Amino acid sequence: MTAVGPAAARPGDPAAEEVGEPGAVAKGAEQDVWAALGRRYAVGPSLQPTLDELSRPGRSSHKVPHAPPDALAGVPAEHRRREPLALPELSEPDVIRHFVNLSQLNYSVDGGFYPLGSCTMKFNPKVNEWAARLPGFAALHPLAPDALAQGTLELMWELERWLAEISGMAAVTLQPAAGAHGELTGILMIRAYHHARGDTDRREVIVPDTSHGTNPATASMAGFRTVTVRSAADGGVDLEALKAALGPRTAAVMLTNPSTLGLFETRIEGLLDAVHEAGALAYMDGANMNAVLGKFRPGQAGFDVMHFNTHKTFSTPHGGGGPGAGPVAVGPALVPFLPGPRVVREEDRSLRLERPGERPHSIGRVRSYQGSVGVLVRAYAYLLAHGGSGLVQVSEDAVLAANYLRRRVGEAYELPYEQACKHEFVASARQLKARSGVRMLDVAKRLIDKGFHPPTIYFPLIVDEGMLVEPTETEPLETLDAFAEALLEIAAEAEADPELLRQAPHEAPVRRLDEATAARQPDLRWRPMTGAQTPCPD
Amino acid sequence: MAYSPHTPADRGRMREALGIDTVDALFDDIPARVRANGLDLPEPLSELEVARQLQGLAERNRTGVTSFLGAGAYRHHIPAAVDAVLSRGEFYTAYTPYQPEISQGTLQTIYEFQSLIAELTGLDVVSASHYDGAAAMAEAALMTVRATRRNRVLASRAIHRHFLDTARTYFAGGEMTLEELPTAADGTTDLGALERELASSDEPVAGVLMGQPNAFGLLEPMAEAARQAHDAGALFVAVVEPVSLAVLAPPAEYGADICVGEGQPLGIGLQYGGPYLGLLAARPDLVRQVPGRLVGRTTDVEGRRAYVMTLRAREQDIRRDKAASNICTNQALCALAATVYLATLGPHGLRDVAALGAARARELEQALAAIGVERVHSMAYLNEFAIRVPDAQAVHARLLERGVLAGLPLARWYPEDEQLRDALLVCATEVTSAVDIGHFAEALREELP
Repeated sequence: MTAVGPAAARPGDPAAEEVGEPGAVAKGAEQDVWAALGRRYAVGPSLQPTLDELSRPGRSSHKVPHAPPDALAGVPAEHRRREPLALPELSEPDVIRHFVNLSQLNYSVDGGFYPLGSCTMKFNPKVNEWAARLPGFAALHPLAPDALAQGTLELMWELERWLAEISGMAAVTLQPAAGAHGELTGILMIRAYHHARGDTDRREVIVPDTSHGTNPATASMAGFRTVTVRSAADGGVDLEALKAALGPRTAAVMLTNPSTLGLFETRIEGLLDAVHEAGALAYMDGANMNAVLGKFRPGQAGFDVMHFNTHKTFSTPHGGGGPGAGPVAVGPALVPFLPGPRVVREEDRSLRLERPGERPHSIGRVRSYQGSVGVLVRAYAYLLAHGGSGLVQVSEDAVLAANYLRRRVGEAYELPYEQACKHEFVASARQLKARSGVRMLDVAKRLIDKGFHPPTIYFPLIVDEGMLVEPTETEPLETLDAFAEALLEIAAEAEADPELLRQAPHEAPVRRLDEATAARQPDLRWRPMTGAQTPCPD
Repeated sequence: MAYSPHTPADRGRMREALGIDTVDALFDDIPARVRANGLDLPEPLSELEVARQLQGLAERNRTGVTSFLGAGAYRHHIPAAVDAVLSRGEFYTAYTPYQPEISQGTLQTIYEFQSLIAELTGLDVVSASHYDGAAAMAEAALMTVRATRRNRVLASRAIHRHFLDTARTYFAGGEMTLEELPTAADGTTDLGALERELASSDEPVAGVLMGQPNAFGLLEPMAEAARQAHDAGALFVAVVEPVSLAVLAPPAEYGADICVGEGQPLGIGLQYGGPYLGLLAARPDLVRQVPGRLVGRTTDVEGRRAYVMTLRAREQDIRRDKAASNICTNQALCALAATVYLATLGPHGLRDVAALGAARARELEQALAAIGVERVHSMAYLNEFAIRVPDAQAVHARLLERGVLAGLPLARWYPEDEQLRDALLVCATEVTSAVDIGHFAEALREELP
């Protein structure tokens, strides 16, 4: 083993000292496992051993028939695995209890208030889960001939049209797998657009200093240099700074609107005019589209391309960090460059996927097959349930709730921007820190003790000791009030007993973690096992 | 309102607290010229109506055919335990574990996922997942460019078409190039061509990418290719199908520096293409080039074992334009599916899945040979192979009318290739039955000229 892995784990880590002790866990080591977990047995929702520590030789569950002895006769020995496969040996009851107990260590939207700004942790409707699991959707092969896929193709066709209406754009691709993937798709289309016009000197992408990290990272990945422009005092993009940065080398400007501060760009007309006057295109990061459904249509306003995050705006589950989907909508100029295959309606009303090479200017594929279709089914179910009027109500309720909560939180925390917020707001603990020494991190950790998931903290970076709070439209007033009360209590605790906050959380499954050691001596997998302990049934 | 808890009275109370008469006041900052006035979309539906409409769409898909279609996405038995765990709201309604104290469930399962994939591949650093196999391969190709500071990547033509197309799209923006290595008549990568390309001195090679099994289902001489790549100072990337690793040599053993693959076969439904699971594993010394999230084990202040996202300085939210990738979201729930799948099947179960697929594929080959249908290629395969059928695309369409999905007509992906003009790529897995095989062979016999 080299620097990464079990051998690099800290001395005294029982798991690290067991290398070469496969499958079963030795008796003494087992006691050490419990010591490491701070408990004596594996039942109940507290820290759990790993699957390899739970493994016992001979345990299994009979899920598929046993293969005949000569099953691999056609596979030459040189290609075959020589060492038996080293996976944990478990019974189904072991597996279920392990994961159910682990699940209970998680905070979730189903269980509580999750005001993580920029992430839109709203309720995930249950009928959407049911729909995505319908066998007609779930069992459809991605290369099935079009004739077998008319239902899903119809859903995709319809969803594209809903998203075109919402965005005010000409056309939509559903292929990108996530918002950042949508950004890459959009920026590559912009690149192709300029190149198709022979305009190959545009090597820069401009982003504001409040942008999501994915924006500059996307620009780099697409081969552009990032130019960052500062924000004005009111939180919006500084128009003069943008104009100074724009030029014949600018390919695109990426704007998040409403911004990551939760503010609508009030100078949006001037910004878009300046971008287009410079011959550049305007990309809208649609992460915050949930605030302005039916209130602001980016294509109509002059943006050339945008992505949606279905897991934000249309409430597809976040899944502990994915999967998402990142449909991209484009104005007329970019339609020829959309990735393929697109869904095409034939004269007889049947639907089909484009064939390779059908659109010569397409940037090509950004992934295999057609996209995160299972996620798109959920998004479509969400849209159907709301309809046009319901989507407008979603934004109105989200913005109303955010402004209400902002007003209440402002009783004890600094609100750095005066403008009414959209779906989220920034508050700062700068003054609290000056008075008591506690940081926003400590406030966030103390919220855990009060039963809440903390907001996003220290983003956007331009706000000192900032938290970005997004209540969403699906939290009742009582929850908003309780959260505000908790933050006010914490502000009082900060002055009375700052140490209480610095040590928080006190009532979570674990306390604060040693993140420095985790990075200095990365332990990224359990110790290698050396193969199944029982012979294969054949 | 479908999911809003707000009553008119609640809204009134909030407006009152804000001193506004209508919610419109909160949207006054949108300049009039760009202010939209609602959406031209249908009216809201009740849950009953939503369910009925979606059920209708689902039923318009035809999934009941006897299928021999694989080509990178495979039908497997998914133990009921997988969906039982995935349906836990504590898992699927949580987000990225930014607050580790209340996210140990997600964090430990990702650590377990990393560990299980490390066991399968023999490579110790496993990312918390990527969008799909194609995106993972594109990221791996970019890794080889960063790690070697060279700009030229060679990829076998016998890698999944969509993977190659995706990598080409990812490469469009930079200085680097992606060149396809030809295949020999036997369907495997032409190692003579690889040797010549590696030896051409004008532009040194960053990485060599090959599939195992390859896009035609064939087993490639990976060890020899890896040796050639390493001799030229290039990294070797294996593109694998994860279930096959239960019976095939782990990539680390034949010298792969990076291994990528599509994780869909590990307990994830076909879903017309996604969400799937991009697997990426690498040698430990490449850890800082690995894109995407990594979870590490550490302790809390009381010394209890705990897990946390680590080595975050590679990531976009910290490094912005200097990040290893723009990836933010991973496929955590799909990685959880794979983790539960592997835990449930165990070492013997997974081996049975892989070996049964191979056994069924051999029975399929024999049944087709008995009606005079031969393979296109001579090399060994695992559970997928190409057959030659006169007028393949027309026969494929007629078989579909008889309820048999006879794999993938390879002319769709290789229209310029004479050898593949009349080729069908067919696969078998543990769910393929003897009855299915009999049905296919009988129908094909009757459709042959």
